[in-house]
Amino acid sequence: MNPYELTIAEATKQLAARSLSSRELTESCLERIEAVDTKVKAFLVVNAEQALSQADEADKIRACGEAKPLCGIPLSLKDLLCTKGVATTCGSRMLENFIPPYDATVVEKLKGQGAVLLGKVAMDEFAMGSTSESCAFRVPENPWKLGFVSGGSSGGSAASVAALECLASLGSDTGGSIRQPASLCGIVGMKPTYGLVSRYGLVAFASSLDQIGPLTRDVTDCALMMNAISGYDAKDSTSVRQETPDFTASLSKGLQGMRVGVPREYFGEGLDPEVRAVVIHGIEVLRDAGAEIIEVSLPRTDYCVAVYYLIATAEASSNLARYDGVSYGFRDMEVKSLMEMYKETRSQGFGAEVKRRILIGTYALSAGYYDAYYKKASQVRTLILNDFNRAFEQCDVLISPVVPTPAWKIGEKADNPLAMYLSDVLTISANLAGIPGISVPGGFSREGLPIGIQLQGAHFREDSLFKVAYNLERGLKLPPQRPGISGA
Amino acid sequence: MKITKEEVEKVAHLARLNLSAEELETMTTQLDTILSYVAKLEELDTTGVQAMTHAFSESNAFREDKVTASLAREEALANGPSQNGEAFVVPRII
Repeated sequence: MNPYELTIAEATKQLAARSLSSRELTESCLERIEAVDTKVKAFLVVNAEQALSQADEADKIRACGEAKPLCGIPLSLKDLLCTKGVATTCGSRMLENFIPPYDATVVEKLKGQGAVLLGKVAMDEFAMGSTSESCAFRVPENPWKLGFVSGGSSGGSAASVAALECLASLGSDTGGSIRQPASLCGIVGMKPTYGLVSRYGLVAFASSLDQIGPLTRDVTDCALMMNAISGYDAKDSTSVRQETPDFTASLSKGLQGMRVGVPREYFGEGLDPEVRAVVIHGIEVLRDAGAEIIEVSLPRTDYCVAVYYLIATAEASSNLARYDGVSYGFRDMEVKSLMEMYKETRSQGFGAEVKRRILIGTYALSAGYYDAYYKKASQVRTLILNDFNRAFEQCDVLISPVVPTPAWKIGEKADNPLAMYLSDVLTISANLAGIPGISVPGGFSREGLPIGIQLQGAHFREDSLFKVAYNLERGLKLPPQRPGISGA
Repeated sequence: MKITKEEVEKVAHLARLNLSAEELETMTTQLDTILSYVAKLEELDTTGVQAMTHAFSESNAFREDKVTASLAREEALANGPSQNGEAFVVPRII
């Protein structure tokens, strides 16, 4: 087996036994990137030299016997996490030349663990999209079927992990941007509870919804990554002060006493029959593992997309006001007046999807429309949270599909923003409610495209998610996933 | 029609964006579709419902008012599209 095929847990065992060095593991990943990334197009930049020196450093630390869990593990980072001295573009022309003078807290934490940072991966511009097609530089392709989307906005993260170019990745999830690409690429992806992971150094999109989280090959690796990145951070005012548990402690067999809810609204019209079949099979697997299966209702599910596309765009219009061409980022140097400098800078620096969302958000917040749109959406958001709270009185975890369909062809929905938004219907409610969610590989379509299963839990109940996810993974017994990286 | 071309133009100005004639056309159509869709929220009665702004009602996160190290001026200016070593330079305002 090639080193790049290992999970974090497997690689760590070999690193600890000295049968593998981090340099060998890192070289193996770099060769893999060299071999497949011209097709997968996940990486925007590969920092080979930095990665190898981090690997050598990790090998030294390990020789001293002081290795932390991610020591020497090669990872990729979504290109909206600030990396000191390494360009952070957010998939946008606006930040094409932005070199952050500091590391995001999660990046600092990974470096503190001795992890190897291979490079930055592609994403939808400013994380706005469901396919990574709005990336200004390159569009990642699905390693299971080239020409198909890898999902978004963390499409590069998912594609790089699925294509075995790195062992895991960090992404961000505002409305499904970790779980959806994880599902479409056949890997594990977790959106943690709002406030669990510091967002200091994350380029902001919608601040009441954004969360950073891991994309990994399996559930165990996901718990290992969560252990590394969680925790209170004084630099993020929404960071929650509480002890971080050891998430790997939840990875145990058996679901006796666990109640799994099936929200009936998540199985409605528009759900692909193959996706439905995979999730139904997942439910049976959990029942066999000892879980009690209960039908529950989330009656406002049908309103989530509308609420999300008002709140997320309103917050985005405010967050993205900072791109004014003054202190960093792109500026049109030709114009003479300040007003035209703002306007031309923003018009040339932003792509169509970003402009569209800024316009919707500005409209929703503008005088005369605020009550009808933003305030109304914020009130319905309360009702959505109430629905979840009621459901979690009856069950510990909710099971559902992640995306209504398997991956689609690149370009298929690119001209229809509303159709694209509607594909997020099953993931955005977790962000609105601030609850954690995880996507676990469930199976494949006849066409050979991966299908994920989503689990959602109550606030800060990642432990329940990990327990159920681990049993789901064990019960499904899917073979190790090795995508062909070839076209249709 | 939920939104007219004139309104999109006004909103674009508020958002400091210039739209080409073609962009204005497309955006007006797309925004109209999206706003017509979100109008479904009107179906729900939200009388007396508290608006939710964040997942938790955390109180303000204050820190001690203490001077700590910050970015050196050179580092802070390094990403500026135009700067003179002391400040960012912008087109004349007054």
